Amino acid sequence: MTTPSPSSPATSTPTSTPTPTPGEQADAAVAAILAAALHGGERGTVVDSPPGAGKSTLVVRAARELVATGERLMIVAQTNSQVDDLVDRLAEADPALAVGRLHGSDALPSEIAMRHPGVVASTKVGDLRELPVVVSTAAKWQWVKETDPWRHAIVDEAYQMRSDALLAVARLFERALFVGDPGQLDPFSIVGTDDWAGQHHDPSQSAVVTLLAHNPGIVPHRLPVSWRLPASAAPLVSDAFYPFTPFRAGTEPGDRRLELGPPTTASGTTLEQAADEVLDVAAESGWGLLELPARLTVRTDPEAVAAVAAVVARLLARGGTAHSERGSAPVDADRIAVGTAHRDQAAAVRGALAALGVTGVTVDTANRLQGREYDVTVVLHPLSGRPDATAFHLETGRLCVLASRHRHACIVVTRAGIPELLDAHPSTEPVQLGVVSKFPDGWEANHAVLEHLRRFRVPVR
Amino acid sequence: MSLLSTLARLQAVRSGVAQPLATVRHRHLSERPFVLVPLAAAGETGAPLAVLLGQDRQHPRLLTVPQPLDRDLRFAFLARVGDELLPYLESFGGDVELLERSVKDPESGEKTVEVRELCADAPQLVVPNPGGVELLGLFGRSTRFRRTAEDPDPGPYPAPARVPLLGRWLTHVSDRANVPGSSMLLPLTTTLARHWATGQSSLEDAHLGALLAWISPPEGGRGEEAALRAENGRDERGQLLVPPAGPATDPDFDSLLLAPAITRYDAARAAQDERLTQARAEEIDALLGAVLLPVWHQVWQGLDLLRTLPPGAHVADRWESDRWSYTGHRDRVAAGEPPQPLHDDAVTAARRLAQREREQVRVDLEEALDDPLAMAEHRLAGQAFAGEVVEVQPAYDTSGRSPKPRPLVTVRTEDRPHLDPGGEAHRAGGPASQKAQLVELDAEAGLLTLRLLNGMGRKKEPEPGTVPEPGEQVCFTLFELAPRQSAPLPDPEDTPWTHGGPPK
Amino acid sequence: MNHSTHPRVDQPLTPLEARLTALRGGAAARSMDARALAALAANPGCDRRAVLDAAGVDKAALAARLGSPAAFGQSPFAITRGLVFERRLRAERCTELAALLRRELLPEEAAQLPVAVPDLLAAEGPAVRAARTRTALVEAVSDAAAGRAWTLLDRPLLRLEVAGSAVSLEPDAIVIGPDERWTVVEIKSFPILDGGADPAKVGAAARQAAVYVLALRATAMALDPAATTTAGNAAGAGATPHAATASSASGADEAGRSEQGPSAPASDVVSARPAGLPVSPYAEPAGLAAAVRTTGLLVCPRDFSNAAVAAPLDLRKQLAVTRRQLARMTRIETLLAVLPEGARLDEAPGAVDSLAHAYAPDCLAACELAFHCRSQARAAGAVEVLGRGVRGELGSLTTVEAALAATAAGGALARAARLREEALAR
Repeated sequence: MTTPSPSSPATSTPTSTPTPTPGEQADAAVAAILAAALHGGERGTVVDSPPGAGKSTLVVRAARELVATGERLMIVAQTNSQVDDLVDRLAEADPALAVGRLHGSDALPSEIAMRHPGVVASTKVGDLRELPVVVSTAAKWQWVKETDPWRHAIVDEAYQMRSDALLAVARLFERALFVGDPGQLDPFSIVGTDDWAGQHHDPSQSAVVTLLAHNPGIVPHRLPVSWRLPASAAPLVSDAFYPFTPFRAGTEPGDRRLELGPPTTASGTTLEQAADEVLDVAAESGWGLLELPARLTVRTDPEAVAAVAAVVARLLARGGTAHSERGSAPVDADRIAVGTAHRDQAAAVRGALAALGVTGVTVDTANRLQGREYDVTVVLHPLSGRPDATAFHLETGRLCVLASRHRHACIVVTRAGIPELLDAHPSTEPVQLGVVSKFPDGWEANHAVLEHLRRFRVPVR
Repeated sequence: MSLLSTLARLQAVRSGVAQPLATVRHRHLSERPFVLVPLAAAGETGAPLAVLLGQDRQHPRLLTVPQPLDRDLRFAFLARVGDELLPYLESFGGDVELLERSVKDPESGEKTVEVRELCADAPQLVVPNPGGVELLGLFGRSTRFRRTAEDPDPGPYPAPARVPLLGRWLTHVSDRANVPGSSMLLPLTTTLARHWATGQSSLEDAHLGALLAWISPPEGGRGEEAALRAENGRDERGQLLVPPAGPATDPDFDSLLLAPAITRYDAARAAQDERLTQARAEEIDALLGAVLLPVWHQVWQGLDLLRTLPPGAHVADRWESDRWSYTGHRDRVAAGEPPQPLHDDAVTAARRLAQREREQVRVDLEEALDDPLAMAEHRLAGQAFAGEVVEVQPAYDTSGRSPKPRPLVTVRTEDRPHLDPGGEAHRAGGPASQKAQLVELDAEAGLLTLRLLNGMGRKKEPEPGTVPEPGEQVCFTLFELAPRQSAPLPDPEDTPWTHGGPPK
Repeated sequence: MNHSTHPRVDQPLTPLEARLTALRGGAAARSMDARALAALAANPGCDRRAVLDAAGVDKAALAARLGSPAAFGQSPFAITRGLVFERRLRAERCTELAALLRRELLPEEAAQLPVAVPDLLAAEGPAVRAARTRTALVEAVSDAAAGRAWTLLDRPLLRLEVAGSAVSLEPDAIVIGPDERWTVVEIKSFPILDGGADPAKVGAAARQAAVYVLALRATAMALDPAATTTAGNAAGAGATPHAATASSASGADEAGRSEQGPSAPASDVVSARPAGLPVSPYAEPAGLAAAVRTTGLLVCPRDFSNAAVAAPLDLRKQLAVTRRQLARMTRIETLLAVLPEGARLDEAPGAVDSLAHAYAPDCLAACELAFHCRSQARAAGAVEVLGRGVRGELGSLTTVEAALAATAAGGALARAARLREEALAR
């Protein structure tokens, strides 16, 4: 899960053409961001980062530069695992840096974070406040009582943070760098929030939306290069999910290659044969669509679950090698993830994999896969087998997360008939006056992605 | 919709009568509710046409606006609504409980005892549907800022004296209706639909007549036909047999009966014939009364149906929140505070959202604890399990200075909770809040062995009754059984720069 | 707010038009008004609705003939109020509307620029009106370019191909500003209260305005001499080549692209921009069509008053969605195939039943025929009568009987039945 530094080997070759290389583009963006965060006229700096654009690298680098000014820094992330991950990265990058890990009494920090000698954990901010960096979740920071504000804050995954959470923590810092991916899943509320729709400070909207509405002088920066997504995926994901803020892949076609062992089961079942076939397509092209016959099913469609498991099992059985700008490495179970829309689907896939004797593969919902990276992902399409779509299944961020976790290939497993299902879906989305439209539209994005994936279709007969 | 409620709807289709969705009543019902059936004038935003209201089922009071475009008539109408409603709303303000709590002085840090008043009961308004709630909110919005003749600067169109006060109360109760689990202003269709599943869709359940047709179809009849009649049946004049429950009137009623009557009223007024004007207004009263009275009876019938269910155990607790809300508003009015602003400032908005979220979690939890049908939803979703205790083994945590009880309880269940060993569960319906950890799982046999972690007292042996015994029915949830506290927010005057700074 | 009908003009009918005319018994075709667009949005997958709206059939009259009259009408009070509001805005060559639009849409330096409000021949037939609208657009553009005037087109008429059949569209107004950009204006009678409005109604207005933007783009392209060679690249109305090929009977084989099975993974897919990646649905067209703004203007009564207030509507999402919807629609000819040649719904309303319906309870608020379709769906025992969401819970079980039978067959429904029984037994 490490992202190469913006000047990655693949792009360090000097070039004489006026067009900047991806590395140069990214370096320029990062330099501008750091300048704005340190000395900009606005108290807030916002960075939009598409999937795999080096957001974490940026956060670590910005943290070190801010600390280097001699000021204290607080970092706000949204989940405990994000906090642990950040602490780990900070300590990796600078073992001499003393990092405070503020945590709740019922949420102990992970071993990954605590293995570094420079990391100090406590449930009380008083134990940590003199350290150069203190990291915690927004939920925990909200409870920190009156204290001298920190000079700088970094708010990570800021698009997943709600406006009301920012309201509760903003008193703790003077200036802040907000970093996040606007294309992922929005924060939500379990109750209706129409009372505040269209108002600048709608407490249920994303923290960044509120910040920008109240501080019109802040112009978001953008990380323009995805180091994760391969050249086969970046254009599709950029077009379908970031129509007004395009980005490119950091690698060229051919820089990444997925090499698979031969399909050994000439005598395998039809499903296994189809799984082998779609793996070959995906290894070649970066995408695969394994299509089961059209049928209405319940959410945990046993055949679709079996198909997902078969693809994973065949991939592991054949043994893959991922060749990339980072070198060559085997595609082991920990480099593979399965993404689903619902938790019961994830549970069913886990069960099916266990039955095939497969262990170590991450199986989770889109919500939990946010911010993660793998070599190969296998996705159970959110609309597979459904008689109708719902706002949940059409949510743009869900499909975006599922389609943008991979470095090499993404294989989507689905029932046939989704385009027709989408065609029959009512387009009666309400519109609130004064609410900035969030792009793109989920229905349209679903169509766009499927239209693209059709070219990599392998039917299961 | 959940699979369980879908199943209930399917069963209702087959049986021709609505099926229960609750075994207890989840909303408070007052001993003396105040029912309002309001009608809006079509095309005019928030303009009243008529209301049938009161506490006396046999003697409702009818108020109408014979010409809804006439602003004076509208305000005269609202003044009369105020005359009926304000005495009721204010009548709960006098009878109070005194509650003591100790508070720490923020300056000195000294603890002092604070005595607070809590009104012993609160008003309860009942309207037919959410449209009625919204209309009352619009009445509140259009009147709470009005100036009256008593203001230093009354402006060109002063409203009757108590109209702005009515507006503040209506704003308060309609805001309160947005708080999950509250009962201060109950829309009847939603309340009924929480307790019964019909054989039609939830969209169709918004029609009070059709909903009641399913819940109590006529003798020997089926819900489907009765509902169709309620939706669509018309008499020889082309008028609906079952008038809509408002706030909109039937367009055919408007065009065939009401519009001509208003035209006649306007003519009489234009002719400055007071006696005839009065007679014409009474004709309009008769027309509107005729379409309102059936709805009035439906509302009381709906209340009767709800009363057949015993109240859930936590209903009184939630009603106490309504009483606090009422008491708070009473105090703000008494203190001469200005009317509620048009828009919440950032901090108030965040506080109110937090309150609603907290109350939503709370009502979901409490309904599940009070009602096995509500808990069944969580069991089916794998978020809870219930079954019989088959074995209890005493065990102890000896890591500390003195051993603590950590007994192992094995439960047999047909449920399939999404719980892996190491995962936490919470005991529902136990003697106290009690946490447990799954130790062993035998999915085939449906056996879960849990280690109880707390809620057993401070001694080495558990307090009697705190550990379930073999043969006992138990229920555990995977979610915590109390809502989390909301984080503190700054005062509005400390609104940070990210949210535009303090309100101006 | 446009419910007008108009007589056919004296042009020869295409075979499709002749068939559709016969279907409505020779009556005047209703234009694709707000209600028809709302019905389309609520149930795009309904063949019955698609044919009736394409033919311009009066669905309310048809429902009455079928014995299931529609439950919704509009109160005369609401109609009057809406008319009064609109009439005042449009009075004296749109004086009040023009003043509002000047404030909302024109830069300050154009405050003195005169407004042109050309006569668009509202009393004429659709062909004449459409032609007049086109001429007026050309004049407006040249007026704007010369700095002579900005233009308010009051009730223009646009034609747009929908599912292979031309429909008439009547936006409330179009503004051609001094910057030569065109703005679609929607006048609605619901209020904007404290800056907010009913989101369902605003959504419907936005979808309606998006259709007008597409029709306006198509019109602009037809007017644009430079665009003839590149017609159809991204203007995106139903008239694009995409539309022409995308709607085969199955609707599945898009854009004439041949099946590319796994045996032929295209070698070009690893180029920087994979070939065949469609143009972004949010891309704006080139040429004159680019003059059409993707932000519309909503004009409504303000708060509790009759005064007008305007609010901008970002239509980019609705445009992308509507464009793809129109492009993917099944062609009307295909749907008509199930009807007998020369079928007349005025004489034999029952013929409508040979067209498949896709009833869902949402139709009750959007389509005049909903009660008729509901009774058919109920008779068939379809689970859809309980709500769209219900189907998602039941998977392959599409009838009430099948679903209830499944409670005895194990699986989730059986567990649900057991839990219900257990809870109710207490």
